[in-house]
Amino acid sequence: MLEFVNFYLIPGLVLGAIYAIAAAGLSLVYGVMRFANFAHGDLMTWGAYAALVAVTGLGISPWAALPVAVAATVPVAWAVDAAFYARLRRAAPAVLLISSFGAALMMRAVVYFVFGPTPWTYARGVTPPLMLGAVRIQQRHLLILAGAALAALALHLLLARTRAGRAMRAMADEPDLARVTGVPVRGVIRLTWAVAAALAAIAGVFLAIDTELTPLLGFHVLLAAFAAAILGGIGRPWGAALGGLVLGLAEELATYPFIAGAPLLEPAYKTGVAFAVLVLALIFRPRGLFGGIG
Amino acid sequence: MEAAALYVATMLTLAGIYAALAVGLNLQWGLTGLMNFGGLGFVAVGAYTSAILTAGESAQHLGGFGWPWWAAWPLAAAAGALLALPIGAISLRLRADYLAIATLGVAEILRLAVRNEDWLTGGPLGVPGIPRPFEAFGQPWGQLAYLALVAAMVAALFALAQATAHSPFGRTLRAIRDDEEAAKAAGKNPAAFRLQAFVLGAACMGLAGAMLAHFFKFMGPDALDPVTTTFLVWVMLIAGGSGNNFGAVLGAVAVWAVWAATDWLAAQLPGELATRAAYVRLFLIGLALQLILLYRPQGLIGERPPRPPA
Repeated sequence: MLEFVNFYLIPGLVLGAIYAIAAAGLSLVYGVMRFANFAHGDLMTWGAYAALVAVTGLGISPWAALPVAVAATVPVAWAVDAAFYARLRRAAPAVLLISSFGAALMMRAVVYFVFGPTPWTYARGVTPPLMLGAVRIQQRHLLILAGAALAALALHLLLARTRAGRAMRAMADEPDLARVTGVPVRGVIRLTWAVAAALAAIAGVFLAIDTELTPLLGFHVLLAAFAAAILGGIGRPWGAALGGLVLGLAEELATYPFIAGAPLLEPAYKTGVAFAVLVLALIFRPRGLFGGIG
Repeated sequence: MEAAALYVATMLTLAGIYAALAVGLNLQWGLTGLMNFGGLGFVAVGAYTSAILTAGESAQHLGGFGWPWWAAWPLAAAAGALLALPIGAISLRLRADYLAIATLGVAEILRLAVRNEDWLTGGPLGVPGIPRPFEAFGQPWGQLAYLALVAAMVAALFALAQATAHSPFGRTLRAIRDDEEAAKAAGKNPAAFRLQAFVLGAACMGLAGAMLAHFFKFMGPDALDPVTTTFLVWVMLIAGGSGNNFGAVLGAVAVWAVWAATDWLAAQLPGELATRAAYVRLFLIGLALQLILLYRPQGLIGERPPRPPA
């Protein structure tokens, strides 16, 4: 039982928390701008590497480097939007999607160019895990869970309590109505990119703290983020966050030997869980658990 | 002289294989508006199907069937189609971007499977010893003959794609792409037509995968890279002109020429710089795609729908 909590449940929650923040940003962009942003994973990578620069350059901890990561990622999202997406907004959504694929490659190429393909880590050495009774939890896991909860709370307050957040939700629900009632569309789009890029950067740094930095760090969880966003109902950040949590737990728990001592799923296929969830969601709940936008 | 001939033959063979991929993607995206971001998955099943059926007996992977290539290639195309069927059936009735996400997922899962199912694919070691047709002719004639075979395959695919585009079936696909409601009102079932176009395109990709495997004489997880197998084909199609089969082939040849030339140029640079130049190229190919989307969305030669009979 303890083994289950220590090695499956807690890592599952941590992974789920990371997916949750990544998927919330992805879903937000989908809601406001109506396109699947294939560059979201690479925004995560970008944030993680920006934090690496601060960590190695200033000698600070990756947690303290979070603001740096956010500050370095938001302008990139704005620049990509201004250079490419904004001029394609009148084209079909499919064209935006292809454009985001191109933007993803460009960002990835810069990361490859500067940092090379070999993995990096923020810190050397091992910190002993905390023992809460018999439950063992890594300090970084506790901090990731707390950080993700804070990010989710901030997002909730923004969307639920502020005028800007209301405008974003209005754009997601009824874009035409929002336009005619005087929602400042350009401002809302800028804010959406800022929030989504910030969430992506945070998710990227958390993921890199838990694993290691590679130029494909974010791209490798893009599918999971999409699956979580669709499971939660695309365009609904809260649903996406919940979907992410479910997916992270499902990925870790799928390798637990529930029956006859053999893992349900070979650990090598963990990533397959995201795909399975995606397919099941598309078959049974194409609008997600919480009814995504139409 | 012979080295130069072999080099040119290699480049042309690869250009031909890319042309087959671009024609397949054109059926899906160009004609029907289906976003397939998982080209790699369909190439992989085609490549491995043909590899396993033709390669010699080995303890390293499933094999020893000893089929001739001409029997294995149709099955490679069928494997691509078979993979497309469930994916299309699930995601094509939903919004367009779900297909893009689902195909990306399929490509990733297949990459995992290829790496981990040692009994089937040899895992990271891959499937070596795939016979290349006409090898008995010796060099350079064997390779030239293989080039001719690839060229013949591309010509056949091209002819089929042209026939499709100009048939009532192709007209229906374009109608669905451009105005689904109107097509529905005309009594067409968009989901069924989309699925057929998706499966046809996937069969092209499966065949292209087989041609690739037999050209390399080896297939392994590292031989398939999403950038060169999926993304580059998109750039080719969009640069050439999506919706136009001539555009697909022209784009494949032109972009491949640029890609191969920059590869050669980069290789002339000393050590570390050569690696970095590859990343600069990756950046530039992404930028090129953006610029085409912005300034020449129709590509080099845009779509020219057949005129209705006067």
